[in-house]
Amino acid sequence: MEKDNREVLLDVKRLEVTFNNSRKNKGFRAVKNANFQIYKGETFGLVGESGSGKTTIGRSIMRLNPISDGEIWFEGKRIDGKISKEEKKNVVRNIQMIFQDPAASLNERATIDYCVSEGLYNFHLYENEEDRERKVDEALESVGLLPEHKSRYPHEFSGGQRQRVGIARAMIMEPKFIIADEPISALDVSIRAQVLNLMNKFKEERGLTYMFIAHDLSVVRYFADRIAVIHNGRIVEVAPTEVLFKYPLHPYTLSLLQAVPMPDPQIEKAKELVVYDESKRDLSGEKPILQEIRPGHQVFANDREMKEYEEKLSQMEKEAEKE
Amino acid sequence: MVNNPILSVKNLEVKFKVRDRVLTAIRNISLDFEEHKVVAIVGESGSGKTVFTKTFTGMLDINGEVTQGEVWFEGRNLMEIKDDKGWEEIRGKKIATVFQDPMTSLNPVRTIGYQISEVIMKHQGKSKEEAKKEALELMDKVGIKDPERRYDEYPFQYSGGMRQRIVIAIALACHPKILICDEPTTALDVTIQAQIIKLIKDLAKEYDFTTIYITHDLGVVANVADYVAVMYGGQIIEFGTVEDIFYDSRHPYTWGLLSSLPQLGLKGEELFAIRGTPPSLFEKIQGDAFAPRSNYSLKIDFLKEPPIFNVSDTHWAKTWLLDPRAPKVEPPLVIKTLHQRMLDMTKKGGVYGER
Repeated sequence: MEKDNREVLLDVKRLEVTFNNSRKNKGFRAVKNANFQIYKGETFGLVGESGSGKTTIGRSIMRLNPISDGEIWFEGKRIDGKISKEEKKNVVRNIQMIFQDPAASLNERATIDYCVSEGLYNFHLYENEEDRERKVDEALESVGLLPEHKSRYPHEFSGGQRQRVGIARAMIMEPKFIIADEPISALDVSIRAQVLNLMNKFKEERGLTYMFIAHDLSVVRYFADRIAVIHNGRIVEVAPTEVLFKYPLHPYTLSLLQAVPMPDPQIEKAKELVVYDESKRDLSGEKPILQEIRPGHQVFANDREMKEYEEKLSQMEKEAEKE
Repeated sequence: MVNNPILSVKNLEVKFKVRDRVLTAIRNISLDFEEHKVVAIVGESGSGKTVFTKTFTGMLDINGEVTQGEVWFEGRNLMEIKDDKGWEEIRGKKIATVFQDPMTSLNPVRTIGYQISEVIMKHQGKSKEEAKKEALELMDKVGIKDPERRYDEYPFQYSGGMRQRIVIAIALACHPKILICDEPTTALDVTIQAQIIKLIKDLAKEYDFTTIYITHDLGVVANVADYVAVMYGGQIIEFGTVEDIFYDSRHPYTWGLLSSLPQLGLKGEELFAIRGTPPSLFEKIQGDAFAPRSNYSLKIDFLKEPPIFNVSDTHWAKTWLLDPRAPKVEPPLVIKTLHQRMLDMTKKGGVYGER
């Protein structure tokens, strides 16, 4: 990985997010000491189960959740906490989000025309009415919808089409960075591939950077360049996609990989279930941290676990060489 | 075709009145369910898979109606039952259903224990103490640790996966002959999903029921099913053993479903996508419902509905491609090499290695 000469677009340092329910208790730590970088032009997958804090991280970057500690840097500027109005605008314009449920994220009383151009209105990103219409038409066309769809309302569309509108309204802002939060899990199987291909097309054409939040490793494997696995608010493993699938180290990553159902009855029926149970693990020794085991491959471990992982990894590498 | 059917559907048609229009949700389905086997019904939302199974327990919405056909179970035609009282003999007791969202199928203001024992008291006429004993046993069977303590807790104190276990326990309380699982794991995490699927499979052996498993996830199908019925536009368009469907499918829609799976996608290559959207069931469908989206459609597909063509004793498909007069068509490469691809991916050192 020639990561040193790659430009860091987003840098998340020691991110902590705590939700307070009452003043008495200390609150719930949804994200615990998260550190990661996203490079320009890559797709970064963030994988975890519900409640693991993956969406919270996405929302914190978008400034939708206040953070309780740590720093978030975008294009070399700090974007968390108190920043000027000008900078806030810059963040909103350059970082766009695609949500899971396209039905809930579109205003049901507004036409598609308005839904898509809302961002343009807010930031006056058009010269005149004609220019705005041209931009909306272009955005709709790029996601495979027709200009005549503009006068319709969201409920008149199917789920897949609505997700296209969601993508069009993000793309019209010409963002640099897109956070896609489970963009295909609410869609039908035959439509999923259409939306994934569309997102890939934008990545190639416009050099976009994605953060792809999902619970399904099989989708992330296809889509992401690097993957971070998150469990209970903690990032437990980060690696380039091929490496993570070839040499998974953390037991949670293993159980997640193993749980992906494969479309092959012979393989699927022969598989044995491994349940990840943190309480049964040997957690002795000092506090684990996220540390690098190979260039670009990080795992959450203490020194004792690091030794075990090192042994296991070299064993796997040897075996891979033989083949 | 199927030995020893426990449930037999003949020429079923279901229509719904939506405002002033009529929607045909099920278009003439005939299917036998073999006893003690798992039949998976796959299809997209709106293909009619839930409506199809709801007719077995008389749970169609008020605007829906079975306009034609028979469903035979234990020597009687269930479609002749007209009132709720008649259905009570079947629903829950003989044919039970586990729904997708465990939060909506449990009563939020009653304790878990009450909800299980209520069913046992009502259907088996047991006393409160006996019912509690059996409920605790069931909770243990579905994998609830420390059932004594959790008996008096409320649904909100349970996690999603645990709630689904309770729903399964309630469904099993009457020892049903058939368990319909309607997307039981769609709302759950993958790791929990794997556990619930295993639980249902284990219980099927122990409690000796036939499973009808509705899902849109072909990975799950590969795990649970003995037989697979693929639904599209209110019809079953292909039926066969799980091996038939995954290794030797014949209908272009089944090909499309399989090849668009991201599990099979190679990085950097475009994923195969079925173009267009499913048909509207408000309109009369002419010919093969999938024809407008298919890459393999023939002229006749737009004119005449294909009949059932038998591929083998266990396998049939409704597509004109199987007609002897049709041109020879090779299935897409992904389908032909599916097993090899999956083997490569799951072997040691493959992307899903060490599974």
